Amino acid sequence: MGMKRVAVFATAAAFAFTLTACGKEGTPTASGDSNASGAAPVSDTCQSSGTTFTADSAAAVAGSTTFDKIKSAGKVVVGVKFDQPNLGYKDTSGTRCGFDIEIAQYIASKLGVDKAKIEYKEIPSANRETAIKGGEIDYYVGTYSITDKRKADVAFAGPYFVAGQDLLVRKDESAITGKDTLKGKKVCSATGSTPIQRVKDEKLTEPENIVEFKTYSECVSQLLDKKVDAVTTDDAILKGYAAQNPADLKVVGQPFSEEKYGIGLPHDDKALRDFVNNQLEAAFKDGTWKKIYDGTLGKSGSPATTPTLERY
Amino acid sequence: MSDFLHVLTDHWSLFGEGFGNTVKLFLIAAVGCLILGVLLGAFRVSPIPALRWFGATYVNIVRNTPLTLVFAFLVFAAPKLDVNFDYFTAAAVALTVYTSAFICEVVRSGVNTVAPGQAEAARALGLSFAQVLTEVVLPQALRAMVPPLMSVLIAMLKNTTVAAGFSVVEAGAIPSYMAEFGEPQFYVLLWIVIGFLVLIAPLVVLQRFLERKLAVAR
Repeated sequence: MGMKRVAVFATAAAFAFTLTACGKEGTPTASGDSNASGAAPVSDTCQSSGTTFTADSAAAVAGSTTFDKIKSAGKVVVGVKFDQPNLGYKDTSGTRCGFDIEIAQYIASKLGVDKAKIEYKEIPSANRETAIKGGEIDYYVGTYSITDKRKADVAFAGPYFVAGQDLLVRKDESAITGKDTLKGKKVCSATGSTPIQRVKDEKLTEPENIVEFKTYSECVSQLLDKKVDAVTTDDAILKGYAAQNPADLKVVGQPFSEEKYGIGLPHDDKALRDFVNNQLEAAFKDGTWKKIYDGTLGKSGSPATTPTLERY
Repeated sequence: MSDFLHVLTDHWSLFGEGFGNTVKLFLIAAVGCLILGVLLGAFRVSPIPALRWFGATYVNIVRNTPLTLVFAFLVFAAPKLDVNFDYFTAAAVALTVYTSAFICEVVRSGVNTVAPGQAEAARALGLSFAQVLTEVVLPQALRAMVPPLMSVLIAMLKNTTVAAGFSVVEAGAIPSYMAEFGEPQFYVLLWIVIGFLVLIAPLVVLQRFLERKLAVAR
């Protein structure tokens, strides 16, 4: 009986392992074969924009409890995304890169924290407010749209980027040219996200054609498998995927919304909010912002307009 | 307190759609897994070795596989093999396949509570295996099966929330929506808990009813 049990367990384990392997197969990080056929070299290895951030040892933010906490801890805890190529990304070797990551590093340096002392926490969208309110993270940089509702729970510095909802389609797609050509097409986005709710509210496609997954990577997988016809969210995110797999994917390029990305901060720390806003303004002016953009999202070929701060 | 109520009243349609799909998914999967589970249970107690082997293998493989992987296999891997389900069907199939393994074991342990003399007597009367099972053994086994059966069904009802990750807008997807609306997560989650308690209540009542109905003086 003992041996028999072991054998049965081994079989089951082997089967479970096979399933795991299959499940992974569905998640497209930059895949090997598209690299071979793609025109541009694609890689999921992180490349920074080459901007150097020197920690400001004289940093001081008068009256900021968050800053005091950072200073005494000697490190900063930053909430980020990890699955958005060129935005907030972690490659297979564990290196982080992308536009949001470098903005986070820039702010950290201005707070007097060296790049090596940044502790990244991967916080899912649904938990952002909780993580900031609970003090789990010091600030959050990760495609975090500024909304009035969220301002009740957290504070925003910025916007440091203005994105717009767009569509990612297969390279050979010719029928989808903008938001009004989605009727009868399957459209995928993250569960409950603002983009998918806009598709529902504006009835851009039929309710049965709306597909929702936890991550955009899963949507992209379904797109490549032809189970959906378009992935919709902010163009910044989509261009990251298109740049990863230019042989199979393209972004339509007709944005139909405006999302202002802000840096999420503790609600009552106005001193820190003003400080971060000042630093962002400086980065807009001295070219740091543009350098970060050009070295990350800018690689998609689309130009960016420097955003205007909205202090409140 | 009014905040707490507003979370529900402001998003009535979302809660309605979410829990509506949860109930739909549950009912379909419940019928599916009761049929498949009883069939597998019958396999496991059947006189044919190949069927017994099949039942045992199924239970040991499926019961040991995380439900999320069963979903992932149907949604991400199956299309690569040109097997295409729509997402709701995939969810119903995943729940049915997974829960059947547990139902099968409930049926088998129920059958084991029936004295062997019952089946022997039925066979001596010339009944076939199917008749022995459906006419004599299962009706008596049901008595012992009711409590664990309900536990499995309640677990399955809660397992439907896994489908939220695979493009089915059910109760498990509500928190993602509410986060996007900026509603307080604590209240949202409380309402979802309340929703599930309400859904489970009828199952508890059904269990009581069946236990009373099937009770015999021993």
